[in-house]
Amino acid sequence: MNKGSKLAMGIAALSILLVGCGKATSSTSSKGSSEALSGKVTAVGSTALQPLAAKAGANFTAKNSKVNLTVQGGGSGTGLSQVQAGAVSIGDSDIFAEEKDGIKADKLTDHKVAVVGMAPVVNKDAGIKNLKMAQVKKIFTGKITNWKEVGGKDQKIVIINRAQGSGTRATFENAVLKGATAVKSQEQDSNGAVQKIVSTTPGAISYLAFSYFTNKLQAVSIDNVTPTDNNVQTNKWKIWSYEHMYTKGTPDKATAAFLKYMDSKAVQNSLVKDMGYISIHDMKVTKDAKGVVTQN
Amino acid sequence: MEQTNSQLKNQDTQSHEWDTRLHHATKATHEDWIGRGISYFCIGIIILVVASMLWFITSKGIATFTQNHVSLWKFLSGTNWAPDQGKIGALPMILGSFAVTFAAAIVATPFALGTAIFMTEISPNRGRKFLQPVIELLVGIPSVVYGFIGLAVVVPFMRHLVGGSGFGIISATFVLFVMVLPTITSMTVDSLRAVPRFYKEASLALGATRWQTVSRVILRSATSGILTAIIFGMARAFGEALAVQMVIGNAAIMPKNLISPASTLTSQLTTGIGDTIDGTLPNNALWSLALILLLMSLFFNALVRFIAKRGQLKHER
Repeated sequence: MNKGSKLAMGIAALSILLVGCGKATSSTSSKGSSEALSGKVTAVGSTALQPLAAKAGANFTAKNSKVNLTVQGGGSGTGLSQVQAGAVSIGDSDIFAEEKDGIKADKLTDHKVAVVGMAPVVNKDAGIKNLKMAQVKKIFTGKITNWKEVGGKDQKIVIINRAQGSGTRATFENAVLKGATAVKSQEQDSNGAVQKIVSTTPGAISYLAFSYFTNKLQAVSIDNVTPTDNNVQTNKWKIWSYEHMYTKGTPDKATAAFLKYMDSKAVQNSLVKDMGYISIHDMKVTKDAKGVVTQN
Repeated sequence: MEQTNSQLKNQDTQSHEWDTRLHHATKATHEDWIGRGISYFCIGIIILVVASMLWFITSKGIATFTQNHVSLWKFLSGTNWAPDQGKIGALPMILGSFAVTFAAAIVATPFALGTAIFMTEISPNRGRKFLQPVIELLVGIPSVVYGFIGLAVVVPFMRHLVGGSGFGIISATFVLFVMVLPTITSMTVDSLRAVPRFYKEASLALGATRWQTVSRVILRSATSGILTAIIFGMARAFGEALAVQMVIGNAAIMPKNLISPASTLTSQLTTGIGDTIDGTLPNNALWSLALILLLMSLFFNALVRFIAKRGQLKHER
């Protein structure tokens, strides 16, 4: 159902673009490249990056009609292992290749294309708007089990986690748990499922990318810092990660052109922001694979 | 003289014609060969596919034990499932799978039996006209739809009824009950219809009531067929992934009660497979879960064959 609707949306977006581009191409072709770009580009992996990659890919192929570009989901693990095996041209991932066992990071080239901020979300019933970082940690390690212990209602806390190995979960646990083990709880395999379950289950807490916030659930501030794009850009908000596109060896012409397009102002300043991601150009800090943050 | 000569000649050509007809393949024979060739080719491909799948899943599934050196006993009896930390106790998922399977079969069987008896003995006409299409419709609904209804209706209902989050074995049982009901019902109907008519006639002639006839003659002689139906239903419940995953909560913890979140082999597989790397322990562990699923479905098939054989013997006697 999910994939079907995404596909339908993709096709709709593509067809609109194709129709709309009749004019656009004719105007740009005058100064356009002398040789038409062609080839096959496959980007597979992270479902968090998939909507952006698909939309940007559609725009890209509208301009370069000879390039056959496919964007697929499958999860960050799939993306990394497929690009490592040489089966796809681009492996999409929410986490650094260094963080994943079984991936030889030095064989891969990292292209950071966007930033995603994540925040704890709770069911509105719980009456929670702000938590201390230590409290969030205690909730997810199972030491706090009732909302009244942190100033909310007398209600049992229901933890909804993402699946083990998921990129979103890895980011959240790195920033919040810092090596502690999460308590065993429900696990869901997508942002969409988490969004639905947290908004309907009393006492539920989970974590979501900013773009999945709705008015049916409460995004929680941590230590009175609100989860906003601006706070992510300065690292005042700590829970964020890059969206990576990994390639192996020297990418072919079409792939290189697509990666360059992803980094261009056209994508970073409009598409990235429109779809709820944070532009890589706006970041005032840099985070490395070990989680060390430095000012730019 | 001339006449006999031509006769002889005629005879000669005739015998030659017979010779070709008898000793050479006709068009029909050629078609036969081609047909047989195509059939064997298709069978060969199917056998190849099945065999290579068995080999693939088995070789991947045992890598956990041969490459990662996890002991089989620890895998089957361990209760801590955290593949990222190298802990792969699969017992919570194995128990979860069996719990939802048996619970769904236990709940569905009485309903299926009742429906089947109604359709064959009590009101065969209305059964054929009305219930048959309904059951066929239930079979055709995709499992994701069942899961979605489960998530939108059953889970909140259970939350109001028994508290907690609503996710758990009981919600999964509820969804699977509806999913296996048509399987068990339609196969039970077939086995009840297969009971020889004279059993029923003899029973009624001896003065038995309809209820006595149904419960002591018809159900008894259809026992093996009904058991087969239940096992087919269980096999479907055991293998169902999507619908169960949406309502069971996917918590890899030992199921303590029916209303707390649990997980099954299939739900762990579908949530975990996209986030693991080929050749690492978390990935191999998932293949081992798949191997358990495969072995269980083989076991269900073997059980069905065994019961069918026993049933046949009884009828011959």
